[in-house]
Order: sequence, then C-alpha cells, then structure tokens
Amino acid sequence: MYTDKVMDHFSNPRNVGEIEDANGVGEVGNASCGDIMKIYLKVEGDVIKDIKFKTFGCGAAIATSSMVTEMAIGKTLDEAWKLSNEAVAEALDGLPSQKMHCSNLAADALHEAIKDYRENNA
Amino acid sequence: MKNIYMDYNATTPVRPEVLEEMLPFYTQHFGNPSSVHWAGRAVKGAIEKAREQVAALINCSPAEVVFTSCGSEGDNFALKGTVDALKEKGNHIITTSVEHPAVLETCEYLEKQGCEVTYLPVDKEGMLDLAALEAAITDRTILISVMWANNETGNIFPIEEIGAIARKYKVRFHTDSVQAIGRIPVDVQKANVDLAVISGHKLGAAKGVGAMYIRRGTRMTQFMHGGHQERHRRAGTHNVAGIVGLGKACEIAMQRMDEDMPRIQQLRDRLEKGILESIPEVKLNGHPQRRLPNTLNVSFAYIEGESILLNFDMKGIAASSGSACTSGSLEPSHVMCAMCVDVVLAHSSTRFSLGPDNSDEDVDFILRELPPIVQRLREMSPLYNSDARMSCSQCKVVRRA
Repeated sequence: MYTDKVMDHFSNPRNVGEIEDANGVGEVGNASCGDIMKIYLKVEGDVIKDIKFKTFGCGAAIATSSMVTEMAIGKTLDEAWKLSNEAVAEALDGLPSQKMHCSNLAADALHEAIKDYRENNA
Repeated sequence: MKNIYMDYNATTPVRPEVLEEMLPFYTQHFGNPSSVHWAGRAVKGAIEKAREQVAALINCSPAEVVFTSCGSEGDNFALKGTVDALKEKGNHIITTSVEHPAVLETCEYLEKQGCEVTYLPVDKEGMLDLAALEAAITDRTILISVMWANNETGNIFPIEEIGAIARKYKVRFHTDSVQAIGRIPVDVQKANVDLAVISGHKLGAAKGVGAMYIRRGTRMTQFMHGGHQERHRRAGTHNVAGIVGLGKACEIAMQRMDEDMPRIQQLRDRLEKGILESIPEVKLNGHPQRRLPNTLNVSFAYIEGESILLNFDMKGIAASSGSACTSGSLEPSHVMCAMCVDVVLAHSSTRFSLGPDNSDEDVDFILRELPPIVQRLREMSPLYNSDARMSCSQCKVVRRA
C-alpha cells in the first residue's frame, strides 16, 4: 500500500526529536483523528538551521513528517513557507488516496512553526 | 524470515483436509446438484452430508441449515428477512453498539426503511446490561440481534440468558455467531436461538461460503430470488466445493475443539501476561475472562495502531488494529469507542487472534520484538512524556450509546 520511499522514511525517520531552544514550534492534528504532528525549528537569520519532529500517527503521518524536515532544512523561511502537503506527498512518490486528507499534514505543521517563529520575532 | 500469522479472527487458512475434500468437486464431481442426471445426483448427496456436518456442530436439524455465501449475507438475511416477514407485528429491533458492520449497517439501512433500532451500550469491559436489554423490549419488538462473540475483543455474550429473555417475551433472537463457531461450544437449542450465522473462512473452510441456522417454523421472506435451492429460502446454484469444505471444517472443529482450544488459550494467556509484564502503560481491551480463548486485544499508550502493524509486518508478524487508519475512516473502532476507551488508546488497539498453527516460538518471538517497537514509536510520539492530557471527552465518536 505504501511506496518504498514512504516505508524508508517510516522505518528510518530523519530528524526525530525535540529542539530544546527551538524558536518556532508548530502542532497540527488531533488525537481523535489519530494524527498529531509537532515540528520544532531553530531559525538563524532567515534560515532553518535545524528542524525536528515528533509524530503520533500512522505510517503516512510519520513518513510525511520525516520528509518535510528533510525538505525544509537549510531553506529560508520564505522558501519553506512554499512547501505544500502535496509536494511532500509527491516527494514520497505518492500516498494512498485515503491518506491524502487525514495524514498528510506535515507541511501544515511546518507552516504553524514558521508562523510561531514570526510571531515570536515580530 | 519466518512469518507469524495471528489474525485468525480476520480469516484462517483452509485446512489441508478440507481442501482435499473440496478438490474433486471442481473437476470430477462438477454437476449441478439441481440436475436429475448422474452428474447432479453425485453432488446432491455431498451437499446433504455437509448440511449434516454443520448441523451436528451447532446442534440443530440438517433441515434448519441454509447455505449462503458468507457471514455478512447471513446477517443481512436474518435482519431483512425478519423485518419483511414480521412487518405486521412490529418494526423494532434491539441490537448492540458493538456488532459487526454486517449487522450495524444493515440496521442503519432498515432505520431508513422505517424500522426503529435500539443500540444497547456496553460497559468499559465491553459487556451488556441484560436488564437494559429486557427493558428495551416493547410490544413492537420483532427481533433481538446480539453477537455470540465480539470480533475485536473476543468478548463472549451471555447468549443463553439473552435467549431466555427472548423466549419470555416471545421475540425472535438472531445471533451473529461467526467468531464463536469452532472456537467455543455453540448449541442453538440450548441457547434458544432462532437465527445464527456461520462464516466458512473463519473456521478453516474457504472464503465465499457460509451457512445460517434458521429454526424450523421461523417465518422469513426469501432473500435471493431465482431458484428453488435451499427450500426456496436462498436461490442460486450451490457453491458445491465450498459447501463440502465447510461441512468438513465443521466436522474437524467438532473433533478438535476440546484439544486445540486449551492449547491456543495457553498461548494467548502467555502472550497476554508477557506483554502486560514487559511493557508499561498497556491496557487490556475487553473482559479479562469472558473472552474467546484465542483473542487478545491490547492498547499501547501514546502510539498509533497502523504504525505498530507496519513495524510488525516488517518482522513478519500479522495482527490487526482498531485504529482509524485500518478501519478506513477517520474514527477509530466503534467497539473501542462504545467501551469508552480513551481515543488515543482506541487508535492504538492491537488485536492478536491465534489459531491452531501458532506455537510457543511465535509467542516468544513477539514478546522479544514487541517492546523495542513500542519504545521506538513512543520516543517518536509528542504525547509521550508530555503533559498533554488524553481524556475520554475527546471520544466524540460514541455513535450509538
């Protein structure tokens, strides 16, 4: 049901964890749907220097979280802001259709974290 | 890598002895049992033999057995056939909030057709309040439908006591006995059941065959039209090989239940004890004792079921989950929600259902592999070691309690 890339990111997720001195944190999802994603950012200047995630959820939720961290790291905030859930799914060679809606929220979590950073540093 | 199958409540392999009985009926004995000639005659006898084998397992007369295509067909027939036949008498059905979708969704359909349905709640251990059941009966009640054993938790309902209540109020009693047949003794006479459902592939026969018990004198409308088969109760050319296999599987279940089930229960109990002892914050779902001997349902706090199953699958372990992702919806299992299991724990519910091919080595392997899987997923979870509260108030999905 999942592509090799999804299974790779699910079984060897990149950038799992928390950043203690994160300056932007975003969380999306809720327990009743079975997916919660939390993204931690360390922004220096205008660039995402470090990014980590924690996710409660299914294979797609974990894989998209891992993928979005890889896509965002090293990018400027404006570049990262342009990342979409669809782009994350595409980078994983696609997700099963029923997962596109419920578990494909990683870019939203990233956007929340960027928003949080911008509010803190406005 | 060795594959370990612990999903017998989903389906079972066809037993080799069953397959052996079936094979000649695809080529050598290919006749249509409705034909008068030699080819048909040879097959007719085999179907009647299978009918006797099924009847012997559940203690009824062979004439009370109707062959179907699956368990869901049986439940559909039982409910719709009753509502049609008894519409002069009433329109009220009593069932439970933890039935299989074959019953629940049929009830929802019947509600749209003008029926009234009472969905009885269950307690935290998934058991029914029989006083509530009795109190729900009105003079418009035409059917009580309660499963013999629950597919997710393995909980066994007090079918004999419910049968006595149904008899007292002269209400027809249907039971979805798909998970119970072949695993625990099922005696439809003793339990005063009017309708019961059997699924072949849950007890070592093939997929695509099932049977129903319809007590003699139980008025039903015909479910499928277009032929005289099954005493005009269910039209359609017989699935001869499937039926022959179902008969054999019932015969084997009868012979081996006393020997197989205690062994399977011992394995299940060891798995249960091992999991509860080696992993913190695990919840047993269902009744601790009144359960099928082969079923174990547990939730691991802070982590989600599909990700557990994927990790299992990478190790060759087949189990199942009540998480939303595996139910094909956004909501976790309706059974977990009806039991008011915390929503996060409901998403985490993991079912192991054992069968005759499981061994001590299988249990050892799972007990070795499971703790690191759970730990790894927990360390990835934002709910683990956090102050975020999980509460049952989020369980908005108790649809019918």
